[in-house]
Amino acid sequence: MPRIKFSEATLSTPSPASQTPALEHESVVTKFFRATEIDARMLGMIAALLLVWAIFDVWSGIISHDDGLLGGAFLTPRNLWTLLVQTSSIAVMSTGMVLLIVMRQIDLSVGSMLSLIAVGTAVLQVYQLAPALGVGHPAIWVLGVAACLALGTLIGAFNGFLVAYAKIPAFIVTLGGLIAYSGIAFLLAKGETVAPMDQTFEVFGGGIQASWLGPFWSWILAAAACCTIAYAVVNGRRQRIRFNFPLRPVWAEAFLIAIGSFAVLGTTWVMNSYPWPQGVMEDYAKTHNLVIPAGVENRDGSAICMAGEQVVHCLNGLMHYTGFSLPALIAIGVCLGMTFIATRTSFGRYVYATGGNPEAAELAGINTKWLTVKVFALMGFLVGVSSIISSARLNAATNALGQTNELYVIAATVIGGTSLAGGVGTIYGAMIGALVMQSIVSGMSLLNLPAASQNMVVGGVLVLAVYLDQQYRRRLK
Amino acid sequence: MAQVAKSSTRKSTPVRIVGKTKPVKAADLKTHESPAAVAGRHSFAPTRGTPLIEMRNISIAFGGIKAVDHASIDLFPGEVVGLLGHNGAGKSTLIKVLSGAYLRDAGQIFVDGKEITIANPRDAKAQGIETIYQTLALADNVDAAANLYLGRELKTRLGTLDDAAMESETRKVMFRLNPNFRRFKEPVSKLSGGQRQSVAIARAIHFNARILIMDEPTAALGPQETAQVGALIKQLKAEGIGIFLISHDLHDVFDLADRLVVMKNGKVVGTANTKDVTHDEVLGMIIAGKCPKGAIPGPGATRDGV
Repeated sequence: MPRIKFSEATLSTPSPASQTPALEHESVVTKFFRATEIDARMLGMIAALLLVWAIFDVWSGIISHDDGLLGGAFLTPRNLWTLLVQTSSIAVMSTGMVLLIVMRQIDLSVGSMLSLIAVGTAVLQVYQLAPALGVGHPAIWVLGVAACLALGTLIGAFNGFLVAYAKIPAFIVTLGGLIAYSGIAFLLAKGETVAPMDQTFEVFGGGIQASWLGPFWSWILAAAACCTIAYAVVNGRRQRIRFNFPLRPVWAEAFLIAIGSFAVLGTTWVMNSYPWPQGVMEDYAKTHNLVIPAGVENRDGSAICMAGEQVVHCLNGLMHYTGFSLPALIAIGVCLGMTFIATRTSFGRYVYATGGNPEAAELAGINTKWLTVKVFALMGFLVGVSSIISSARLNAATNALGQTNELYVIAATVIGGTSLAGGVGTIYGAMIGALVMQSIVSGMSLLNLPAASQNMVVGGVLVLAVYLDQQYRRRLK
Repeated sequence: MAQVAKSSTRKSTPVRIVGKTKPVKAADLKTHESPAAVAGRHSFAPTRGTPLIEMRNISIAFGGIKAVDHASIDLFPGEVVGLLGHNGAGKSTLIKVLSGAYLRDAGQIFVDGKEITIANPRDAKAQGIETIYQTLALADNVDAAANLYLGRELKTRLGTLDDAAMESETRKVMFRLNPNFRRFKEPVSKLSGGQRQSVAIARAIHFNARILIMDEPTAALGPQETAQVGALIKQLKAEGIGIFLISHDLHDVFDLADRLVVMKNGKVVGTANTKDVTHDEVLGMIIAGKCPKGAIPGPGATRDGV
């Protein structure tokens, strides 16, 4: 078959290096955004997140003074570290929800699915594997993890099959799932709490010492991340030169590397400033035959000392820092992996194109039905990941474990800028959305506000976020 | 981009192995062929050889309404066939059967004399059948390059999307169609009607097309852009590509098409060489289904005395 070739006589040769003409009268701000190609929306979301943090820190500081950045209890390493762990489960699921909503689908069943997976695999671990293999056998956690991921993928694919091939709207399929899966979870658990989980499995929850990376490896990881950022920027520039595309100014490239590295190093520094809780430190000292030095009690200190016969908080004594926790690392890893899938693979490209115009995607030769099944299966897989984090963190599984999670996941996705009309949404946006929501929830419990008012605020923030986003988009047009 | 020499299609056509297609043809000549198809072959075949594409007795119904009723059309290499008819005459539906968007209820499709199955758009594209839809069928939320390569993305060695290469190729092909086009980073929803049309056309002609279906390709265009599309059609034709041109504009069709097929109520009224019929006669075919002398009547032609 001949490739169509234009006779060059009638059509002049192309010049791919069509530079976007720089406008003369643009303000410094627009110039900055154009040069760095930073998404102004993302910057707005980060600003909103920082604002929420600042408000909670000041507010909690007014109630009782603490060692936070603004005098409260919110911007402390302890709280921020916990915040990341608490956010991880919702954040992981919201990355999958982004792809679903971008594709004009939705999954209301993720919460119930999480309960079902957690309870199902906990029953397997506690009642089947542990008695058969012996408690603590290494195969237990491996099989437990594999079962969670496999079961999640399977349930997700089942949802997707009903949507794509049986042509039942996703809202109905997953609403049915929301009700049915929690029912199955209740039956499996017989209404009881299934516990305890395997000790190695517990590592995924971030609640025990084995799931903390420690300052040294955290710094190594941070350094590697900084190198990757620099490499990505340089490589991107090289690609643009190769194809003769317009380049970012050098200062903008340097700025991107600097701001990226600053964020990575800053986060690492905060994580590395959170000391082990006293009980964990004490146990560690005992099991490792460490001598706890004598010292003077100081309630503000993070180290432990012996004051006579008693172990107390003190300023200078035995102390370790946690560094990154495993659930936070899993969430970051999922975010990177999903961003890669969404932007660098043809699968991701098809998801966005289908969301933008399902008919066009079909006519372009994309098998949109099979794609739908795959996206639902991916969602299920991510619910499996979250169920591992949640049940390991609780060290138990109950049918209440994932309840109302679907609402938080969808809210995080929508706050993160994913449009329910389809075709638009980013993974990092959903991560920030999840962080905003969890910040509000945990900030309000920090202020001892009742759960009912927490729900009021979260609901209000969701609606407000969508309103602001629409205003922003309208102005952009 | 691997540039392949032009016009290998036409050279390869006579080399077609007769034996391969004989069983199908022998059977069809006796039973399935409509008078129009037979007549069409007799009048054109001797000078042109095997049709690039032949659709025989295609029927498709939607909920009891026969949108296309035993329609037969063909297309030769380097030929432009205009498809005319009222709204709802069945021309877009017939063409969507060819592009794989609809699955036909009955009938056969032959490419180079060989029967093929087209069950979905992928099958059609595999045969080198590319379509510019009336609605353009663009994914509005992604940029021009993503639309151009949708479904057949360029990959890096690692199997990831090679966006830079795709954008580079897109810049080249878009420059030829629309030299002023600069908005490569923006989603196509932000583009003007003419620019969107250029993207749709670029997508159809960028990949090894042998058969091009253009459904109202100039509907959204201004006079200058329309002239550009006309020049493009002539150029593609010179390279041996067969084109189905669906249009409401008689002037366009008379200007560009070698032959025209008129449809009414899902049936073919008649087929004619463009130079053998007048504007008024064609209007008569479209409106009244009256087949003039210069045309070969199809099953949809009104009987004498009506």
